[in-house]
Amino acid sequence: MGHTLAEKIIAAHVAGGEGDDAEVWPGDLVEVAVDVVLSNDITAPIAIREFEKLGVERVFDPDRVVMVADHFAPNKDIKSAEQCACMRRFARAQGLLHYFDVGRMGIEHVLLPEQGLVVPGDVVVGADSHTCTYGALGAFATGQGSTDIAVAMATGCIWMRVPETIRVVYHGQLQPWVGGKDLILYTIGQIGVSGALYKAIEFAGPVVDGLSMAGRFTMANMAIEAGGKAGLFAVDETTRAYLASLQVASLQVASGRGGRLADLQTRTLADLSPDDDAAYAQVIEIDVGEIEPQVAFPHLPENVRPVSQAGDVRIDQVVIGSCTNGRLEDLRVSAEVLRGRRVHPDVRCIVIPGSQQVYLDALREGLIEAFVEAGAAVSTPTCGPCLGGHMGVLAAGERAVSTTNRNFRGRMGHPESEVYLVGPAVAAASAVAGRIAHPRDL
Amino acid sequence: MTIEGTVWKYGDNVDTDVIIPARYLNVSTPEELARHCMEDIDAEFAGAVQPGDIIVAGENFGCGSSREHAPLAIKGSGVACVVARSFARIFYRNSINVGLPILECPEAVEETEKGDRLTVDLEAGIITNLRTGRIYRTSPFPAFIMEIIRAGGLVPYTRKRLEEQSGYRSAMVRPDE
Repeated sequence: MGHTLAEKIIAAHVAGGEGDDAEVWPGDLVEVAVDVVLSNDITAPIAIREFEKLGVERVFDPDRVVMVADHFAPNKDIKSAEQCACMRRFARAQGLLHYFDVGRMGIEHVLLPEQGLVVPGDVVVGADSHTCTYGALGAFATGQGSTDIAVAMATGCIWMRVPETIRVVYHGQLQPWVGGKDLILYTIGQIGVSGALYKAIEFAGPVVDGLSMAGRFTMANMAIEAGGKAGLFAVDETTRAYLASLQVASLQVASGRGGRLADLQTRTLADLSPDDDAAYAQVIEIDVGEIEPQVAFPHLPENVRPVSQAGDVRIDQVVIGSCTNGRLEDLRVSAEVLRGRRVHPDVRCIVIPGSQQVYLDALREGLIEAFVEAGAAVSTPTCGPCLGGHMGVLAAGERAVSTTNRNFRGRMGHPESEVYLVGPAVAAASAVAGRIAHPRDL
Repeated sequence: MTIEGTVWKYGDNVDTDVIIPARYLNVSTPEELARHCMEDIDAEFAGAVQPGDIIVAGENFGCGSSREHAPLAIKGSGVACVVARSFARIFYRNSINVGLPILECPEAVEETEKGDRLTVDLEAGIITNLRTGRIYRTSPFPAFIMEIIRAGGLVPYTRKRLEEQSGYRSAMVRPDE
C-alpha cells in the first residue's frame, strides 16, 4: 500500500532510521529529526525558560532555530517589551542566524517562506498553531507548545504520532472573487472545527493545482481551524516557480545565510506527491462551481455562510492582513476593490502587509497609495489585531470583518465584540459599504 | 495518584482564547495567568476555583492557538485534571508536557454536572462520580506518553535521556546530510 504526503515526509525524518527505506503508518509513535524550529515573542520566553532547565548549553543548530518578534511587536507595552528582550538576548547569546526584529521582521508564516527558510520535504515545528502554513510548500509543518519547542531547540528532534490523512479534492470552476480563503472557510464549514482533529489534510484536485502559492498558504494556514495537525499540498510547477523566484527576492531583504534554498539543488522535488494507492481516513470531493465568497460568523470558523446570505451586518472595523491573508496577492485583491473608492465613514480599515518584503512590493506597485487614498491605515507587519493584542482592539459591541483566521469570543478584543472572517475581496468591499458586502455589489 | 474535586462544566470547543485571553499573554507564570483563566466565558471561575477541582468539558477542548499559557493557567488555578470528550491536539501535548493530567471520557462528560464531586485514578484511568456512583474507565495513555508523565513532564524526561545517552542527538539521521 502507498503513502500519503505526511507519511512520506515523516518517514524520511525518522530518527535513527534508514532514510528512504523507513516506512511509517498512521498511529505509529516516532521520533523525527526536524529541519526548522520556530518561536515568537509570546511563545519563546516560555520555551527559553524550559530550554534552560534541560542542562543543554547550545541549540542543536543556530541555522535552524528561528525566532520572530511579531505578535506584540513593535512592543505594545512594557511587559511585551520584556518578552521581546528575553527572546532577543537568547537569540544573540546563541548566535541564531535567523532572528527577526522590528524593521526586518514579518508575520512569521509570511516571512519564513519568502526568506527561503522552509523548503519542500521539511519537517517544521513552531510554537505557533499556524505553523501548518508551510504545508503549502509540501513541508510537514505543525504547531506545538513552548515545552515541545524547547526540547526541539535542544535536541533537533521531537516525538509525534503519525497522523491519518483526510484528502480534500476540489473540482470545477471558481467564481469571480473566490479564492483560497473562501475554499478553506467553505471546507471548515463542511467538516467542522474538529473535523480533522489529530489528522493531516491533503488539499488536491484541479482547482488547487491552478491556485497560486498565496492561495495555498491561506488554505494550509487554516488546517488548524479544522483541528488538523498539518495541511499539505503536493509539490508542482507552481511550487518550483515560487522557490525559484525567492532566490532573487531573498537577496533583497537578506537577513540570514539563506542556505536552505541551496539545499534544494540536492533534493528530488518531483517525488513529493502522495502515492495513488495511499490510504486515507476520508476523501471529500468538493465542487467549487457554486461556492460564493464565504463569511464565518461569530464565534467559530465553522459558522460559515455565503456572503449573499450574510444579511445586513453593520461593521466598525476591517482588518486586511495576517499570516492567513497578508501576502502581496491578497493586498492586490483588496486594493483592486478599494482603488478609487473610500472607506465608509463609520469604518476603521487597517491594512497590515505580512512582511517588509510584502510592504516594499506593495509600495512599489502603488497598493499602499491606493489604501491610504481610500482612507485606510497601513501598519508595519504585526500579528497585533488578529489576537486582540494591539493595533486595532475592539470595544464592547463592536464588529470587525477580518481576513484573519479566528473569530472566537473575545479574539480581537472585548468578549462582547464580534469577528467575521472573510477573504481580502469581501474585506475591502465591506470596508467601503460599511456592512458585509460582495465586491460585485458595490 | 487519585484526585478528588468539584466539577466545573463547560461545552464543546472551549478555545485557548477563552481559557486565557491573548490580552494577558504578556506574562507567562502560572500564578499570573490563573487570575484570568476562563474569565471570558465564566467570570466566577478564577475567584472561586479550589485546588483539586476538575474541569469537565465537551469536544475539542483547548482548540485554537498553541499557547502553553492555556494549560499553565488551568494548572496555576489549582485544577487537578481536565476530563473532556476530546482535546485539540496541541493542547493535549502541552498538557502532558507541563504535567496537567487530562483524560478523554465522553460517557463521564455526558453524565456529569457542574458541582458534582469526582474522583479520578490517573494510573488506572478510572473516573468515579460520587453523586451518581457511576464508574467510568478510560483508555490508558500509550506507554511512551506514560513515561513522560511518570518523569514529571517532557523537560525532566528529556533531561534524563540526555544524561543517559550523550549521543542522543548525534544518533539522529538528517535527511539532507
